[in-house]
Amino acid sequence: MKKVLTGNFAAAYGATAAKVNVISAYPITPQTTIVEILSEIVADGLLNADFIKVESEHSALAACIGAQAAGARTFTATSAQGLALMHELLHWATRGRLPIVLANVNRAMAPGWSIWADATDSVAQRDTGCMQIYCENNQEVFDSILMSYKIGEHTELLLPTIVNLDAFFLSHTSQIVDLYDQETIDRFLPSYNPEIKLDIENPRAFGGLTSPDYYYEFSYKIQLAHEKAKEIIEEVGKEFYRFFNREYHLSEPYRCDDADMILVDYGTIAGTAKDAVDRMRDKGIHVGVLKIRYLRPFPEEQVIDILKNAKKVGVIDRAISYGHEGPFFTEVKASLYGYRIPIYGFIAGLGGRDVSIVDIESMVDYMQGNKPANHIWIGLKK
Amino acid sequence: MSNKTKGQKIKLTLPIEEVMSPGHLACQGCGATLALRYTLKALGRKTIMSIPACCWSVIDGPFPYSAAGVPIYHCAFETAASTASGISHALAQLGQDNVTALAWAGDGGTFDIGLQALSGAAERGDNVIYIVYDNEAYMNTGIQRSSATPHGAWTTTTPVKHYKRGPKKNIMAIMAAHHVPYCATANIAYPEDFIRKVKKAKNIMGTKFIHLYAPCPTGWKHPPDITIQVARLATLTNVFPLYEIDNDVYTINKKIQKAKPVSEYLKLQGRFRHLSEKEVQFIQRTVDQNWKRLLKLEEAFRNEKN
Ligand SMILES: Cc1ncc(C[n+]2csc(CCOP(=O)(O)OP(=O)(O)O)c2C)c(N)n1
Ligand SMILES: [Mg+2]
Repeated sequence: MKKVLTGNFAAAYGATAAKVNVISAYPITPQTTIVEILSEIVADGLLNADFIKVESEHSALAACIGAQAAGARTFTATSAQGLALMHELLHWATRGRLPIVLANVNRAMAPGWSIWADATDSVAQRDTGCMQIYCENNQEVFDSILMSYKIGEHTELLLPTIVNLDAFFLSHTSQIVDLYDQETIDRFLPSYNPEIKLDIENPRAFGGLTSPDYYYEFSYKIQLAHEKAKEIIEEVGKEFYRFFNREYHLSEPYRCDDADMILVDYGTIAGTAKDAVDRMRDKGIHVGVLKIRYLRPFPEEQVIDILKNAKKVGVIDRAISYGHEGPFFTEVKASLYGYRIPIYGFIAGLGGRDVSIVDIESMVDYMQGNKPANHIWIGLKK
Repeated sequence: MSNKTKGQKIKLTLPIEEVMSPGHLACQGCGATLALRYTLKALGRKTIMSIPACCWSVIDGPFPYSAAGVPIYHCAFETAASTASGISHALAQLGQDNVTALAWAGDGGTFDIGLQALSGAAERGDNVIYIVYDNEAYMNTGIQRSSATPHGAWTTTTPVKHYKRGPKKNIMAIMAAHHVPYCATANIAYPEDFIRKVKKAKNIMGTKFIHLYAPCPTGWKHPPDITIQVARLATLTNVFPLYEIDNDVYTINKKIQKAKPVSEYLKLQGRFRHLSEKEVQFIQRTVDQNWKRLLKLEEAFRNEKN
């Protein structure tokens, strides 16, 4: 079934289609409609779940952690300040090996108060061990939530996922979304039945005092799970294609095969960049786009494979790691270590500043006429 | 239950089953350890606990050991209530309503950093029992003051020259203001009363709160073999009265005919050793005043049927 939906509706419907047992969330602009729709869906009995209307994002994730540990499939959603407030518990979800799915509407951090798109909020959670997806459109939001349960719940992974969607560009923009039919979704994503959980028949303590004799290996196992996740994400992507005829990978090249210059990006900027590439190709400029879907696990092998033959690479970040450069730029540059490819770091669109096709073209212009630099600010007012 | 000793039948007043095992990491004479032992005698094995950062995150034992005998989720310091809410809702969704979700936290995790989460759970009426074992300071991190530390006490952040000034936060009044169906004070020196209250809480839907008095010999600076004596004196002096609030109805469970002077309680503990006679008198007046207020509350909020 196809519907015209905003990104927030797509996220709420994704959680509904995944038949989550427990939802716990707290409102924040521009995520609010996710909470509103889900509370209505649950209250109307359209989804057999408990919605815990908590007093903070901190409690939202804590409640999901408790519920997931007790064997429930859980969902939460937040944005910016809320995600920052959850920070401690994101570590908890990972180290507790709880495949919670969290939709985060990428929004700029205050002060000054800004409700507009910026990925600095989620990038700042990079080292919590959560898997992280950046979506380009609302269909990808819906699909990513379904796939994230399947991937995260894989017995060799047991990892939480943050599904990111850009403020307003997706959260409040309507697009056509195919919701499929529930029977097929149920076959793709059976109900959650974890082997290990809080169980009165088998009383165990989870997360207690852990000496250096054990902690190190627990950390190593999380690293192994992330390595394995790269395989599982591709496998589940193939399965998703068989079920729903849509293809997903860790990253997604667009017109890269014969490209001299490749722009690496994520989120909605990827969509704009693809249009810009089509226009530039019409003018005879051989450019392509590599969209990164997963910040973690980072698709290093795919990035190398696709970029290694390019003459120049540019990375567009709607985020900044102050005192250094764009965070995705750092990742891509590190992946290309030893390849001697000139690589340009562009900062664009912070705090919801529009990034247009013309802006993207100006980046390619820059790459054609200048030496590489680590943080080139696009559209900066004088 | 009954036991035979020298041909005599002695009636045990506590449930005989031990859910908790003796192999744990507590200090000698730890009130909080006895506290969970009694709690689990009352609740039995169909219990799932959340335990935030506190002494009990150590007492239970290091991975892979656990002394409690029931499943435990060790959670973030400020999340005892919200984690238990999650557990409780999951149990309801998964058809395990017969299992009790128990939040088990220290005074710091309850009066201070976890107060918001507790208030949220109580207002929503989540089906959990929340027990705070109150040892009147952050003991896990080495005896720092909390908002449950009483006036006059020494802690490492309120050293003798600058001992704690100002009253202990009235957590029962805060919980009563949420109109939860049941809250009660209890004391490890009165296990029958405590166990009765836990059993009562188990059979009530919604958020139940128990404020449990649990001395800490290490932090209070008293010998470990007088923990029960110290705890008992807290109630016999009216420093820590036993009462319950059942659907807004107040009942004082133990009315002391002639309360002992607070000095008897204070003098056993090194944390109060520095107090002047004047301070002791001030504490006595405060205790008397609080007791009077409690009597008035009982008077004002009685069961209409009585
Ligand atoms: C967010 C956070 N802040 C601080 C700490 C450090 N910490 C661990 S236990 C504790 C004190 C606990 O005191 P209380 O709740 O009274 O329990 P007790 O140790 O007395 O049993 C503190 C401050 C922590 N674990 N997490
Ligand atoms: Mg304490």
